[in-house]
Amino acid sequence: MKNRTELSLYVPEPSGRPGDEPDFSNVALQDAGEQRCPDTLTPEIELRDMPYGLIRVLDDEGKAVGPWTPDLPADHLLRGLDAMVRTRIFDDRMFRANRQGKTSFYMKSSGEEAIGAAQSLCLGERDMCFPTYRILSWLMARDYPMTALGNQIFSNAEDPLKGRQMPVLYSARDYGFYSISGNLGSRLGHAVGWAMASAYRHDDSIALGYVGEGTTAEGNVHEALTFAGVYRPPVILCVTNNQWAISSFSGIAGGNRTTFAAKALAYGIPGLRVDGNDFLAIHAATNWARERALGNKGATLIELVTYRASAHSSSDDPTRYRPKNEDKAWPLGDPIERLKQHLIVRGDMTEDDYRELYEDCEKRVRASIREAEAIGTLGQSKPSVKAMFEQVFKEPDWRQIEQRREVGY
Amino acid sequence: MTAMNMVQALNSALDGKMNEDPDILIFGEDVGYFGGVFRVTDKLQEKYGLTRCFDTPISEGGIVATAIGMGAYGLRPVVEIQFADYILPAFDQLVSEAARLRYRSNGDFWAPITVRVPYGGGIFGGQTHSQSPEALFAHVVGLKSVIPSNPYDAKGLLISAIEDDDPVIFFEPKRLYNGLFEGRPDDAVKPWKNHPLADVPEEIYRIPLGKARTVREGSDVTVLAYGTMVHVALSAIEECGIDAELIDLRSIVPLDIDAIVESVRRTGRCVIAHEASRYGGFGGELSALVQERCFYHLRAPIERVTGWDTPYPHAFEWDYFPGPQRVIDAMQRTQEV
Repeated sequence: MKNRTELSLYVPEPSGRPGDEPDFSNVALQDAGEQRCPDTLTPEIELRDMPYGLIRVLDDEGKAVGPWTPDLPADHLLRGLDAMVRTRIFDDRMFRANRQGKTSFYMKSSGEEAIGAAQSLCLGERDMCFPTYRILSWLMARDYPMTALGNQIFSNAEDPLKGRQMPVLYSARDYGFYSISGNLGSRLGHAVGWAMASAYRHDDSIALGYVGEGTTAEGNVHEALTFAGVYRPPVILCVTNNQWAISSFSGIAGGNRTTFAAKALAYGIPGLRVDGNDFLAIHAATNWARERALGNKGATLIELVTYRASAHSSSDDPTRYRPKNEDKAWPLGDPIERLKQHLIVRGDMTEDDYRELYEDCEKRVRASIREAEAIGTLGQSKPSVKAMFEQVFKEPDWRQIEQRREVGY
Repeated sequence: MTAMNMVQALNSALDGKMNEDPDILIFGEDVGYFGGVFRVTDKLQEKYGLTRCFDTPISEGGIVATAIGMGAYGLRPVVEIQFADYILPAFDQLVSEAARLRYRSNGDFWAPITVRVPYGGGIFGGQTHSQSPEALFAHVVGLKSVIPSNPYDAKGLLISAIEDDDPVIFFEPKRLYNGLFEGRPDDAVKPWKNHPLADVPEEIYRIPLGKARTVREGSDVTVLAYGTMVHVALSAIEECGIDAELIDLRSIVPLDIDAIVESVRRTGRCVIAHEASRYGGFGGELSALVQERCFYHLRAPIERVTGWDTPYPHAFEWDYFPGPQRVIDAMQRTQEV
């Protein structure tokens, strides 16, 4: 009993709260180009240092440096930039639409636009992503009609989901975009199952699933990782670590002790930690995992280190729980600015070109939202109430039929 | 026709469907090489290979989640949860995902999965190997719940469940796997082989979901039952001499409401029997439906014969289990009014 310390309960706290200066000294960083790039077929046992580094390609000047630099043509990067810019403009306008009572709810992906855009353009048409609610840029990069997004958000007469789902919980099979639900982590196992099915059929399509860093604490994430480790399906499992789960900082999910990429180690799959605000790094790491999956080497876990620059949702006010201007202090910068800077450094774009691209994006977003508004904002028009009773099952049973008649449809 | 017990009939259904459709995959705890703790998947791995019938980690949530993903891709997985008592870690997957996927995605994605679940008591399994959780699932819109009571139905219903494009929970009354059980624990085990419903065709056949079976026609009272309780009720009817009509519901979602209403309007009396505890049990729903649709035909209060509102006990199994005497008592009460 000698020299024993008295027990005390530890509850992690973030580096700052409102009124404090932003402090990200706890976020382990590495310079662009520093992390090694192993061959995609390297045995997992030789990759166990990877979760503790940080794959970055774009340096502070916007130059692409190091072994992860992907060989991407300018039009590919411009397409990514276009998707990211439209995502940000669309988000801002829809957030405002919520404040004007045009929709019940909205969620922005500001600061995280590079993730969906880069991965959407990296993966093939027949691949399937199992998104969270902050992956809008995936759809933008595949030119999903923005009017249809608006119709879903307004739950209007043309809502592709027939008024059954909250705003932003999209589903778009033809765009490789699985149905989103508000339950957290419950689709990560679906991504694994999808990939197992692809492997069983000797297909060449892969799956990509997302969870936030807060959701890594859910049991279903560990179930998915266990199955991914056991059956080695062609799946990429992504943790978008945007530092905040509503008001809980990443330390509440265990992020103070280790990295989220390091969760991979216990499941025997590679874990990569990637600068989530670096379009090129995300693209390169995703392509690495894709090549590995198509080489029948199984799953990869990718942590995308980013920052949730906006509120959790339209119902949230982050000034009540985190320091002001944290987004400005975020050491990995803004993903749009960084890609833009890179295109300028490459000589593929000028400031004027960017202004033109931005204005063009603005015009297209505005026109699409206007079109959706003309069909109706929340409550102005809606699908037939008949749709409420449809697709509970493939064919309704007597309950839906009787109850539909009861309400007069 | 071959005489089969329920395990063999279920195995025959799986075998026939796997042979016919390469999109059918079977997985679950111990179902592969070993063939399942109740032997329902016996020899399927040997016959169809490792990737068609395989073992999983002990992870009910993971089993159902991967099944949903496979189903969304285009396969038709049939998974086993070893005991109904262990299905709760998969509850979120069944309720929030399998049941809701088609609706929320407007038909973009759906989950054509079958979840096989041995359930029910009578095996001295205590509270972790005896429960009947069907009411938890019947309440969830978007899930179907099927409960066979004999080998012939087990095969035909399982084939329909597998072919169904919606998620189906297939509850297997494990006390009936290897023989008849009438709720009389002191009786010698009655093997299935001499029972007419143990004559099971080798080939594929289907029993539609949502179609009840009238086990016995009668005019004094309608008894509604499913699973093991069908045999308990039949034995009770035969013992007491009341001319009861016995209906085996076979599935509680979809429910054959027409058969129930037609019968109760004719008999004017209704007894509902299930193993699960009473409060909030599926008998409550049946009772409400009968009351709503047959009120002016009812000549006596509706009776429920169920497990007690306690956890399933070990040493008190036969005090808890709703045996034939309790069914007789309930039927007699309906005759006294």
